[in-house]
Amino acid sequence: MGNSVFTPGVVSGRLPADELRQNFADLHPPLEAHEAAVAADRCYFCYDAPCITACPTAIDIPLFIRQIQSGQPEAAAKTILDQNILGGMCARVCPTETLCEEACVREAAEGKPVEIGRLQRFATDAMMEEAHPFTRAAETGKRIAVVGAGPAGLACAHRLAMHGHSVVMFDARPKPGGLNEYGIASYKTVGGFAQKEVAWLLQIGGIEMRYESVLGADGLTLESLTGEYDAVFLGVGLGGVNSLRAAGEDRDGVLDAVSFIADLRQVGDLEGLPVGRNVVVIGGGMTAVDAAVQSKLLGAETVTIVYRRDRDRMSASRFEQDLAASKGVRIITHAQPLAVHDAEEGNEVEFEYTEEDGGALKPTGEKFRLPADQVFKAIGQALDGVPDGLELTGGKIAVTGAGRTSLRKVWAGGDCASGGDDLTVTAVAEGRDAAEDIHQTLMS
Amino acid sequence: MADLSTDFLGIESPNPFWLASAPPTDKEYNVRRAFDAGWGGVVWKTLGAEGPPVVNVNGPRYGAIYGADRRLLGLNNIELITDRPLQVNLDEMARVKKDFPDRALIASIMVPCEEAAWREILPRVEDTGADGIELNFGCPHGMSERGMGSAVGQVPEYIQMVTEWCKEYGKLPVIVKLTPNITDIRYPARAANAGGADAVSLINTISSITSVNLDTFSPEPSIDGKGSHGGYCGPAVKPIALNMVAEIARDPETKGLPISGIGGINTWRDAAEYIALGCGTVQVCTAAMTYGFKIIDEMTAGLARWMDEAGHETLADFQGRAVPNVTDWQYLNLNYIAKARIDQAACIKCGRCYAACEDTSHQAISMSSDRVFEVIDEECVACNLCVDVCPVEDCITMVELQPGEVDPRTGKTVKKEYANWTTHPNNPGAQAAE
Repeated sequence: MGNSVFTPGVVSGRLPADELRQNFADLHPPLEAHEAAVAADRCYFCYDAPCITACPTAIDIPLFIRQIQSGQPEAAAKTILDQNILGGMCARVCPTETLCEEACVREAAEGKPVEIGRLQRFATDAMMEEAHPFTRAAETGKRIAVVGAGPAGLACAHRLAMHGHSVVMFDARPKPGGLNEYGIASYKTVGGFAQKEVAWLLQIGGIEMRYESVLGADGLTLESLTGEYDAVFLGVGLGGVNSLRAAGEDRDGVLDAVSFIADLRQVGDLEGLPVGRNVVVIGGGMTAVDAAVQSKLLGAETVTIVYRRDRDRMSASRFEQDLAASKGVRIITHAQPLAVHDAEEGNEVEFEYTEEDGGALKPTGEKFRLPADQVFKAIGQALDGVPDGLELTGGKIAVTGAGRTSLRKVWAGGDCASGGDDLTVTAVAEGRDAAEDIHQTLMS
Repeated sequence: MADLSTDFLGIESPNPFWLASAPPTDKEYNVRRAFDAGWGGVVWKTLGAEGPPVVNVNGPRYGAIYGADRRLLGLNNIELITDRPLQVNLDEMARVKKDFPDRALIASIMVPCEEAAWREILPRVEDTGADGIELNFGCPHGMSERGMGSAVGQVPEYIQMVTEWCKEYGKLPVIVKLTPNITDIRYPARAANAGGADAVSLINTISSITSVNLDTFSPEPSIDGKGSHGGYCGPAVKPIALNMVAEIARDPETKGLPISGIGGINTWRDAAEYIALGCGTVQVCTAAMTYGFKIIDEMTAGLARWMDEAGHETLADFQGRAVPNVTDWQYLNLNYIAKARIDQAACIKCGRCYAACEDTSHQAISMSSDRVFEVIDEECVACNLCVDVCPVEDCITMVELQPGEVDPRTGKTVKKEYANWTTHPNNPGAQAAE
């Protein structure tokens, strides 16, 4: 017979197909035209608007909202995309509650900001149906290698192509998009949007894609790239996953949250995707929440996020934390993993409570165990396979200015580069700015 | 509980809210629904002369202007007077009046500008039991091209002439409905007064085109690709109507002439404002057309509640109270000096006051790097623009400087005495004080 929420172990098909479909529908459904008009009307068109300052890509938000008001969502989209070529994805995945919408004066006034994220989606969705609005400058004859087709690389490549350069993009995966395709909860970007957006972006022309090309393998080295190309942009992300440093970490059922999220995005049939009856997610960021919520939506009976410090220190926003709670995910704070043990069914994770002592974490001695058919590690990612000769800082590629690395012809941006806060929107800003700097450098 | 009952020209109604002569009052069916809902009176949709009725267009009759969330702010119409036979209307009026003796029933009339036409229709209207007549000298479209409606209302001599006929050949109180499509509303009002009118009602609709269709380049509302100007009404026209009412109320030649106020009355507050400017009743149309007859409940309850709170027992207690405060610019007190004040606790830092003042006014608001906005008294002329554009009510207010204080803008001490332009030294026409 079919499986249910109570089936022991790691199995698929815990929920009926229609329930799964509902569970993984759009988290924030798109605004209808009238809803958008009403939402847009709430914007005060602030002077030197705080929302613009709060946006890492500095989108002229009051202007695009006014363009929606005046009946031209396509013009609004152009305003957005001028600053942020992945404005469609950012509209879906930006933690707006800690960026533009937190800065919105109506948040201060009444705790109800203008729905900037949803309005941005309304505008950019309109543009996805239109002809690509940007054109290339005359060919410059310059060739640039962009490594990593994630948000940083795509933003960089598009801007370089716009300036007339020829771009070759390398990506280790079989599809473009980086974390947009492989690293974001599926209910945030339904309908294959990540691929649609990349296809739309590539309409600019002048960008050649080379998939399954891993830096450091098959002769693709930084040295060969700098020899062959006029400049190199590295937007390789963070390929490694931090370890728990707990005994039993190598046991079956202890997995990387990022892989689980990627598998979920790539699987055609959610009914065929197995999930544990009891799931434990260790970490406090967006990845932890995405993995936990999706486990619950797949039909896990209990899902627990365990984080070692207090809720305010979680890098997942309060909105994300509440989203998890609303789906039935339990959040335990002030606890760190000690060991993963064998249990009658699956594993058990042993935790010890912590307290903060002037910033330093101190175990309290009190311990507890949680049953876990699956344990997802979401305690951060790390650079994987750094090319020789690049200076690092804090485990990332050291950059100054607009993404300049320690090597003359090499720029870097996105999660792999130092600075920034590992958001899609930040990666876009860094890729774009590096492209402008590369352009200036090559053309002067 | 406040008494809302009204005696207007001897016509009694339980409240001052009448439905204006318009589509809502075109038929017995509608009027019965209105009276059942609680409306105090009805001015029946304008009657024309005996004979084949007018015909209306068979496409859109209305066009609209919207605010946020499709809130209807202005409505324009190209409908004509009643397109039903005269006798049908008269029979229905008689039946309704018989069943609702306590409500005001006024017949709106528009017949050609010929003595015989008016002489013929007046007794027939009287036979219905109607309480009064309203002369439609206002409609700006359709009928005006035939020498009626605003074509009469724009010529004071015609107004006086027709009013005189109605007083001579009819027994009922005569209300002359005025068109706003003129340069000075006092002239038609004076003409009505001279003709013996018992009252004026205003405003009728304002000639308007609501919008232009940018695909077909036709004005809206569009009939087969063409548009004609219509009559504009609704909340957007209220300020225009209030001024015209006030002009008549304070004109020495028409002072005391009863007025029925019309134009954008949407809530009890609008009605109270018209009454404060001297109106004895108010007439409503667009609000009813937008929300249905039930809005009368808010209007009557709201007006009564406000009167109770303000201590007004009857409408007469506050009727006309605002009229003495309407004056000409030259009599405004130039020694009254105010400054804008921003309540920092209420400020949400949107900066609209700054943009408005810096770009379009007097550069009298400063902005700090952390978005604190402060008034620069040395520059502030108290224009009120910052108050008007601030999205937070009462965040910015105008505070009067007291006599003896120094206005930092002029360096002059504020005087207690009233002084206006007529005696100001900068006025070439000022008369030196003897």
